Amino acid sequence: MEYIIIIISAIFVNNIVLNKFLGICPFIGVSARLETAMGMSGAVLFVMTIATLVTYLIQNYILVPFGIGFMQTITFILVIATLVQLVEIILKKVSPSLYQALGIFLPLITTNCAVLGVAIMAGQQDLNLMESIVFAIANSIGFGLALILFSGLREQLELAEVPGPMRGVPIAFIVAGLLAMAFMGFAGIV
Amino acid sequence: MNQLKNFTKGFIRENPVFALFLGLCPTLGVTTTAINGMGMGLATTFVLLMANIVVSLIKNFIPDKVRIPSFIVIIASFVTIVELTMQAYLPDLFETLGLFIPLIVVNCLVLGRAEAFASKNKLLSSAVDGLGMGLGFTFALTLLGSVREILGSGSIFGLKFIEGDGMLIFILSPGAFIALGYLIVIINKLSRKGA
Repeated sequence: MEYIIIIISAIFVNNIVLNKFLGICPFIGVSARLETAMGMSGAVLFVMTIATLVTYLIQNYILVPFGIGFMQTITFILVIATLVQLVEIILKKVSPSLYQALGIFLPLITTNCAVLGVAIMAGQQDLNLMESIVFAIANSIGFGLALILFSGLREQLELAEVPGPMRGVPIAFIVAGLLAMAFMGFAGIV
Repeated sequence: MNQLKNFTKGFIRENPVFALFLGLCPTLGVTTTAINGMGMGLATTFVLLMANIVVSLIKNFIPDKVRIPSFIVIIASFVTIVELTMQAYLPDLFETLGLFIPLIVVNCLVLGRAEAFASKNKLLSSAVDGLGMGLGFTFALTLLGSVREILGSGSIFGLKFIEGDGMLIFILSPGAFIALGYLIVIINKLSRKGA
């Protein structure tokens, strides 16, 4: 039951992109086409889950016992940067086809604040190991859902006749606002 | 003259938010009031200025291959300084900005300036660039924060000038996207007319 609440809350009610404003850069940057949006979502799902697992272990078995919690930001970002490199190398060797699909998105993920944000949030909410992993997976699904929905909308926008100064990014923001408004309908479910 | 140009480019022409679309997460996340926007902007300015100074000082000692990780460590150190200082002296602001303070580390604006400017330029130009870009970012955040505060709660910098509630939607998340979208439209319109 606890897990279901975490999942629904992370995907719909507190959607990481539309409600918490994390990962806006890829949300605007790679959402122009449906295919790239799906690739990015896959890569985020992969990295976010592993990153949250590893940072959870570091937080609870290294930083807290040694009383060096203030090192959290530096450690986490280095761990994530290393992890992204590692995932890239392993993926290249183990599954070239998956690497082909996700490859170009992996370096971008280091500076995706959603990954660092979820790792820190899992710590702040005092989740245990299993809950942290579920939290990370649910959040990356939420990220993917927002990204894929939004890229569908943007593909339609291409065909629309938009007034001059609004073309491109501004209209994308306004449409994102409308999407966020739609997601507000989920508020109060949990 | 050249330094002046370097300093002012961040305000409108190469404004990080309105023109380059960098650092959008904190831009949308913390601008529920003008004060929050300004606080976040100034915190980022400090990190940007210090990171640019340090990167430009040590650029010749860093091997090219480990450039990015080194920059990230430098940035993360200054972010930790800001985090601890703010927690000690401005606990209220720290509480409101919350998660977005540690997230300055992954603000693409900071890493972007370190990589694109400070790693190629001399100390003074890098410092001026960092300060100019930072203040441009602060300007953008304060502007967006003011717009959202005026429309959403009928006040500015905490001074209430309308009785009752404003349009609540502008305080909530959809309002952030819509307000920023229209601000960019207005700036596009104005700058095109000037050109």
